[in-house]
Amino acid sequence: MSWFIANLGLIWQLTLDHIALSVPPIVLGFALSLPIGWLANRRRLARGGILSVGGILYAIPSLPLFVLMPALIGTKILDPVNVVIALTIYALALMVRTSADALASVDRDVLQSSTAVGYSAWQRFWAVELPLAGGPLLAGLRVVSVSTVSLVSVGAVVGVNSLGYLFLDGFNRYFPEEILVGIIGSVIIALVFDGILVLIGRLLMPWTARTTPRWSRGRAVSALAHGA
Amino acid sequence: MSSFIAAFGWIFDPAHNVGPDGIPARLGEHMLYTLLTLVIAAAVAVPIGFLIGHTGRGRGLAVQISGGLRSLPTLGLVILLALLLGIGLIGPLIALVVIAIPPLLAGAYAGVESVDRATVDAARAVGMTEWQILWKVEVPIGLPLIVGGLRSAALQAIATWTVAAYIPLGGLGRYLYDALPLRDYPQMLAGAILVIALALVVDGLFAIVQRLVTPRGVSEGRVSEVHDTMRSASGRGAVLAD
Amino acid sequence: MIEFRSVTKQFPDGTVAVDDFSLIIPSHKTTVLVGSSGSGKTTILRMINRMIDPTHGSILIDDRDVAGLNPVALRRSIGYVMQNSGLLPHRTVAQNIATVPRLRGVRRASARSQALELMQTVGLDAELADRYPSQLSGGQQQRVGVARGLAVDPNILLMDEPFGAVDPLVRAELQHELLRLQGELGKTVVFVTHDVDEALLLGDQIVIFRRGGVVAQKGTPAEILASPADEFVASFVGADRGKRALHVEHTRGGDIVVDSDGNAAGVLADENAAS
Repeated sequence: MSWFIANLGLIWQLTLDHIALSVPPIVLGFALSLPIGWLANRRRLARGGILSVGGILYAIPSLPLFVLMPALIGTKILDPVNVVIALTIYALALMVRTSADALASVDRDVLQSSTAVGYSAWQRFWAVELPLAGGPLLAGLRVVSVSTVSLVSVGAVVGVNSLGYLFLDGFNRYFPEEILVGIIGSVIIALVFDGILVLIGRLLMPWTARTTPRWSRGRAVSALAHGA
Repeated sequence: MSSFIAAFGWIFDPAHNVGPDGIPARLGEHMLYTLLTLVIAAAVAVPIGFLIGHTGRGRGLAVQISGGLRSLPTLGLVILLALLLGIGLIGPLIALVVIAIPPLLAGAYAGVESVDRATVDAARAVGMTEWQILWKVEVPIGLPLIVGGLRSAALQAIATWTVAAYIPLGGLGRYLYDALPLRDYPQMLAGAILVIALALVVDGLFAIVQRLVTPRGVSEGRVSEVHDTMRSASGRGAVLAD
Repeated sequence: MIEFRSVTKQFPDGTVAVDDFSLIIPSHKTTVLVGSSGSGKTTILRMINRMIDPTHGSILIDDRDVAGLNPVALRRSIGYVMQNSGLLPHRTVAQNIATVPRLRGVRRASARSQALELMQTVGLDAELADRYPSQLSGGQQQRVGVARGLAVDPNILLMDEPFGAVDPLVRAELQHELLRLQGELGKTVVFVTHDVDEALLLGDQIVIFRRGGVVAQKGTPAEILASPADEFVASFVGADRGKRALHVEHTRGGDIVVDSDGNAAGVLADENAAS
């Protein structure tokens, strides 16, 4: 406990670093997944290709991907950009499938009737498709958020500071309390992010607030299995 | 590009293919650790998953526990247990098992649960015992999802053992950690390429197994529907590993 | 003979599905339980093979209380056909029909040859034997369901809205097929439906339910049509209107039968001419 109090400044700084590394991948992954997921639903062939690439990227372990980055994009080995880009790739790989499935889950009759009343394709996407796909999208985004926050700490082993630094430092000093503080901090960030996402969901999709959205079991399960 | 050439040069250097820190030995360690993790985690998670899927009870609890486990930073968990239980395989192994349980559990109960309840009801109505319903109906039909859980857990384990080599342990992660302080980028890259290759080969093998265990009667009728559920629920994704 | 003695079923959530229900179901006849959804008819059917156990009262098959029988063994001795056929999707048609004989330990080869015979009995082409259920039409799947129900040559056949999910033409075909089969086999059939026409066509005895498992009337089709017990039954069977309230009108061309809306429904067959 005394260590915790004495090092509040360091812990706070690492927490901010952790957050700063987590947010861009989550936001970028989500934003990029929408057009790609939309595209995947246009053509069967595109769907197969996009989802396969996503699956392969997702199977790549994170630490090796961090290490791969300098060779791929010419950054320095210890550059935080490596971690941000690698985690964005994961977030994107995971979200593309969710986005494609979520957009595909929107009732065709609703789409046809909105076209019939005069929405242009562009308007229809923003006013009808996106809001109606919101439930599954949010579920996928929550998984991405939790996973990303957990993965950021791995960056510490390639010198990118986050709460993960406490794990390595605690290990080198044989000091479990420090490690525990890092774990708890990381879990708290994950929970806060999750809470914020749920809140945003409530605000943007008030119609889902009362009843928990019950999309198909398969989907809910997929969210669970993905994040594992 | 030159970094990749250097990395492949490192991999195919005969000097790196023999001895206790040669590629075959490290690969063997990595696969052994992974296998050990899967066997223990499956022994714990699969029966529980079957029970949850079959009875429909405890699902909420399982989802919550899995969600909670998922938010734990794996690196922290591995290091904490290694420190508390002493340096060696046991601490990290326990951490890895804990991390591998959620996908296995999810695959097992989702697989059993994915079987149409009307089919289960019919099996009961014609006089199957609960045990027969599980083994003759629910498990065969749910097998692709169950294997999907195994696939996720395997990728997760391969990824996490790489990180866990920090402890220090054997496995392919060693190459990364040994080279880091020396700034020996070719060796780091070589290690990264080897782990990625292992992960992709294992992923591919499981994809084939999943296809093979899909019952023909199930795959033939509603191909697209079943296939899609299978892939999204288990297939791909699974692991945000580390 | 199946006997219900003051049977009550209350589910854990408090719903009373069946309330103090008594009935004798005679052997070798078809008894149809008919009522709208929520009338408890399926609950009653499922208490016969102990898929559901009653809260109070007892059910006897040939004077033996089913509560004393092993549920699994009981179910294997009773045929069960359900809506949407309930076939196992990962097994072929022949394997599905052979399910219960195999569970009872019949050898694979003889179970198969028996399954092929049964396919013939229910009017299925033998070349469908190695197809999977998902490759069959709805009507074919129902036939497989009936064949599976008959596979252990049970005395009792329970049918839970077996033709509810097929289109009207196939449905009529299956109904007549069932009448033919029942003429040959003489099983004790308990048949659940919400379709009054189906009940009148198939039943030797009909039991009409109100909500909550209360019997509104029971009797032969003729008794029920001729003297509905009350307005509920009359309106349920449609005796007060439409095509059931028929009367004869004499026209110059001969006698025709007209329904309550004044539409011609048929002619009166001239018995002398017919014979």
